[in-house]
Amino acid sequence: MVDKNRVLLEVNNLKVSFDTYAGEVQAVRGVTFHVNKGETLAIVGESGCGKSVTSQSIMKLIPMPPGRIKEGSIKFDGRELTKLTDKQMESVRGSEIGMIFQDPMTSLNPTMKVGKQIMEGLIKHQKLNKKEAKEKAIEMLKLVGIPTPEKRVDQYPHEFSGGMRQRAMIAIALACNPKLLIADEPTTALDVTIQAQILDLMRDLQEKLDTAIILITHDLGVVADIANRVAVMYAGVIVETGTLDEIFYNPQHPYTWGLLQSVPRLDTKNKERLVPIEGTPPDLFSPPKGCPFAARCEHAMRICKEEFPEKTQVSDNHYVHCWLQHEMAPKVENPVAERREG
Amino acid sequence: MATKDLSNAKDLIQVKNLKKYFNVGRGSVLKAVDDISFSIKEGETLGLVGESGCGKSTTGRTIIRLYEATGGEVIFDGMNVHKLNKKEMKKYTREAQMIFQDPYASLNPRMTVADIIGEGIDIHGLYKGKERQKRIYELLEIVGLNREHANRFPHEFSGGQRQRIGIARALAIEPKFIVCDEPISALDVSIQAQVVNLLIDLQKEFGLTYLFIAHDLSMVKHISDRIAVMYLGSIMELTESHELYENPLHPYTKALLSAIPIPDPEVERNRKRIILEGDVPSPIDPPPGCKFQSRCNMCDDICRKETPKLKEVKPGHFVACHKVK
Repeated sequence: MVDKNRVLLEVNNLKVSFDTYAGEVQAVRGVTFHVNKGETLAIVGESGCGKSVTSQSIMKLIPMPPGRIKEGSIKFDGRELTKLTDKQMESVRGSEIGMIFQDPMTSLNPTMKVGKQIMEGLIKHQKLNKKEAKEKAIEMLKLVGIPTPEKRVDQYPHEFSGGMRQRAMIAIALACNPKLLIADEPTTALDVTIQAQILDLMRDLQEKLDTAIILITHDLGVVADIANRVAVMYAGVIVETGTLDEIFYNPQHPYTWGLLQSVPRLDTKNKERLVPIEGTPPDLFSPPKGCPFAARCEHAMRICKEEFPEKTQVSDNHYVHCWLQHEMAPKVENPVAERREG
Repeated sequence: MATKDLSNAKDLIQVKNLKKYFNVGRGSVLKAVDDISFSIKEGETLGLVGESGCGKSTTGRTIIRLYEATGGEVIFDGMNVHKLNKKEMKKYTREAQMIFQDPYASLNPRMTVADIIGEGIDIHGLYKGKERQKRIYELLEIVGLNREHANRFPHEFSGGQRQRIGIARALAIEPKFIVCDEPISALDVSIQAQVVNLLIDLQKEFGLTYLFIAHDLSMVKHISDRIAVMYLGSIMELTESHELYENPLHPYTKALLSAIPIPDPEVERNRKRIILEGDVPSPIDPPPGCKFQSRCNMCDDICRKETPKLKEVKPGHFVACHKVK
């Protein structure tokens, strides 16, 4: 059920490829999802599954060439982003969509004062003068919880700790009050105690500013902590999407089962052996024509290797691409739902 | 795994008041490891956890003697590791091996897999010719690769496979003790479980002793018998792994455990989190007293004056805190 009035971003059948000497890498192979106003959508998946490429295509940050958007549409707030010129895109980037990157050490400019990096967007997009912009920058630093912002605003990134740099990144991303914030592994490079601080901050700011968030991560703990809806990606396609509870308590795709079972949990007492997903993800130079997970799936049937499964609706907001949903498929016990009841 | 009975096992390694300081110029000293003591029993896995910069990797490297100790000693099976001469050192390196964090940086890109694994065998002169090759094939199969991989180069492998090569290299000379320095941090979740299962299987089969260093506490709990929590170069708490999670006593351990998100939405919704203020302070010229004082909400006068000693508050449960009685 897609409520048209609430939808902020709609991505439809997006395909992104990179042309390399070795051939075409099909990084994203037909991805469809939407983000509602004010909600948090988590995109989870392993490295190389195309989750970062998806988010970078929304911002048009893919280097072209070698990258190119082959097909599909990205509709943001009624506008088609794939059709915008570079110039037009500049007014969207930073002003209507903000982005936080994984590595706060390398994504800030080391030769510019932190305050100036926040002011840049304010001066360009909101046409503030220098003095106003600096005041606003101090206000933003205060908002993200940096002590003595009046002093910090004139310091360089190397004078900040890792957690504070990530806070500064968030301040830059949110300075122009964007409607959408894309956070690409925002806490992966941070320690757990600092991660808890940053997640808390993001949740807080979302409440205050009503920003929608796309959170890209591989950490299911972080997802459970902060997301409203989840999309599970594998080898360039979304294999399952649903609300947080549906994905964690009633997942339907064997890959989602595998992900949930392969992480040990702190609060379980019995020392069960981990259930790993055997094998490795497929090569995206020549992706399999059927379901990409078939080679690692213990329930794989002949059809799985032949044809990519259609989208099946499980409930209102829960969709899955898997042949096990077909009426002719054998019944397979859901190991995650079962473990929970057991 | 953690269910095995180690009460009768003897200590394989004793670390006594180990210190490792680095000079960072201008007369400043970085105390990466500051007076820590613990022991590891034969066949045991000791987990060492803490945030980045707390000195856990330095501890592992000093035990293996990749670094010379500034003070204190490491006793391995009766040998004082940091007093060994060159010849004795060669003997020690046969007993103690290391698996590194980054499988991309720790394998020589110009050597074939067979040569990487065979290097230790050659140095110690264990096998020659046909036997050497047989041993290499055997090792590849033990870690879940196959003999066709022997003549390839590291760049032809994925991260998880490279970590398996690193494990095969460590196993090649039949060590008793392996320091695993964040062996899974660089791997994807689904691959992490494969490598952890492999390490557990190898321990059972060869009776290995592990020092398992990591910052991922849920994985450490899974593999370790006992866990030591480090902060700024000191051990804050040391006890059996289930005891640490069920009954943490040090305020830092409590905060650390509560900061870890659990992959279960319902648990997350009902959880109250202790959020620590601020960052880990610099280990260069730290103030006197407890290392955790700047972020602790129970901090008192005594905490600012005296460094708490690691003391046994319950059988087998050690804590370094003035406030825990």
